[in-house]
Amino acid sequence: MAILEAWSLTRRFGELVAVDAFTVAVQAGEVFGLVGPNGAGKTTVIKMLVTLLEPSSGTAQVAGYDIVGQAAQVRRVIGYVPQALSADATLTGYENLLIFAKLYDIPRAERDQRIRSALDFMGLRESAHKLVRTYSGGMIRRLEIAQSMLHRPPVLFLDEPTVGLDPVARQSVWARIGEMRRDYGTTILLTTHYMEEADSLCSRVAIMHLGRIVALGAPAELKAGVGEGATLDDVFVHHTGGEVEAGGGYREAERARRTSRRLG
Amino acid sequence: MPLPTLFLGIAGFAGKTLTIAELEVRKLRHEPIELFSRAVQPALWLVIFGQVFTRVPGIPTGGLPYISFLTPGILAQSVLFIAIFYGIAIIWERDLGITYKFLASPTPREALVLGKALSAGLRGLVQAVIIYALAALLGVALSLDPLHLLGVVAAVLLGATVFSTFSLIIAALVKTREAFMGVSQVLIFPLFFASNAIYPVALMPPWLQVISRLNPLSYQVDALRALMLVGGTSSYGLAVDYAVLSAVSAVLVFYGGRLYPRVAV
Repeated sequence: MAILEAWSLTRRFGELVAVDAFTVAVQAGEVFGLVGPNGAGKTTVIKMLVTLLEPSSGTAQVAGYDIVGQAAQVRRVIGYVPQALSADATLTGYENLLIFAKLYDIPRAERDQRIRSALDFMGLRESAHKLVRTYSGGMIRRLEIAQSMLHRPPVLFLDEPTVGLDPVARQSVWARIGEMRRDYGTTILLTTHYMEEADSLCSRVAIMHLGRIVALGAPAELKAGVGEGATLDDVFVHHTGGEVEAGGGYREAERARRTSRRLG
Repeated sequence: MPLPTLFLGIAGFAGKTLTIAELEVRKLRHEPIELFSRAVQPALWLVIFGQVFTRVPGIPTGGLPYISFLTPGILAQSVLFIAIFYGIAIIWERDLGITYKFLASPTPREALVLGKALSAGLRGLVQAVIIYALAALLGVALSLDPLHLLGVVAAVLLGATVFSTFSLIIAALVKTREAFMGVSQVLIFPLFFASNAIYPVALMPPWLQVISRLNPLSYQVDALRALMLVGGTSSYGLAVDYAVLSAVSAVLVFYGGRLYPRVAV
């Protein structure tokens, strides 16, 4: 059963077509990856699916709700971790979770239990009452994922969950994503520009280039399609002609650098 | 809509608003120093500006010593200065990524806006406590009638709502920190000087009197002047003051809720 479907989802910014006729059907329980360089349109797709940005044309449904006509219902059934750091550094980890538990209407009687189990699951119990400012990059990301999972959403959107993290922290985030899918059956849509991340986490990937999907399938299938011994990097170069410097621009570069700086 | 559903809706909305305000209060609890550094400016106005202008004869203050006349104006100014820079915090939170997660949550946009406004109001109330203490030291005869104090709390909360939401709307329209700073610098002094905060409207040329009547700050000052001081009076009538502040608040919160998501685009 498709839990997320997009039909010709398109977004223009003036002359620029950031996302061009994006069409996919993601099955329940999948970890679906959007892969591509900066400026490929991955984040714009996610912003439309989480109702932050209206599509210029086309539409999509998440858990059966239309992202434009039923935006309020969509917001109840999704979790979202934006690319930039979204945990509040001036609060403790516990407080970050508490505020979101309230905003998502988790009943008062269950709140504390829910927050504690999220902190345990993400390995943050000891740091729960420290200010997030003192956390490492990996801890912040795990906290943010915990925040987005408190209400047990059937669909989770992770925008570049491991950008700016060192290899150890990245491994720990990957492990939690895998467990979430196993333990809760969460459908996960993530973006990444690390090919090995897509390869090890995703059941299927869509390779995006200049706003379009240029290849879609299971990583093994895509690699086999290009040739023996091919890596996902080769698949990517094969489909995009190797133009990895596609876009991004000053503002995006600034934001990415700032994120990595804060992650230390 | 059946009554119980409506009631639940209102309770839910109020709950979300309070949660957003709670978030800001928790932040302040971790870093209370800001509250006190904010008090320096009003203290300087009262102690230096107030002391000098008390010596100017013939300011038509309606029989009040000038320092008493000035005190409610400085409270209103203090709330204005806190609230008008709320927009910069919104842009900052957007740059950090915090805003995206709030907007993708099922929180009504108006509750996000009103929660921020309420937190501006709470900061304003801390200023009020400090200003009451300073004014008492300077010999201002302050009214401590509970009903008057309640009215002051309401005027501070409403004034903070008007100006913090106004600021948020500007932030949603201009979107960058640089442009926001430019616009708010241009707005803040006309708002302050084209009001009855530090001198009576009667001293103004007619065109400025008209502008001051259109300025919500004047209605906040008018209410504060009637309620904070022993022997204070309202020029416009308290009912008019609160009606204007409430109506402007409601309109701005409505549009603020509409425009807030634009910050994230």
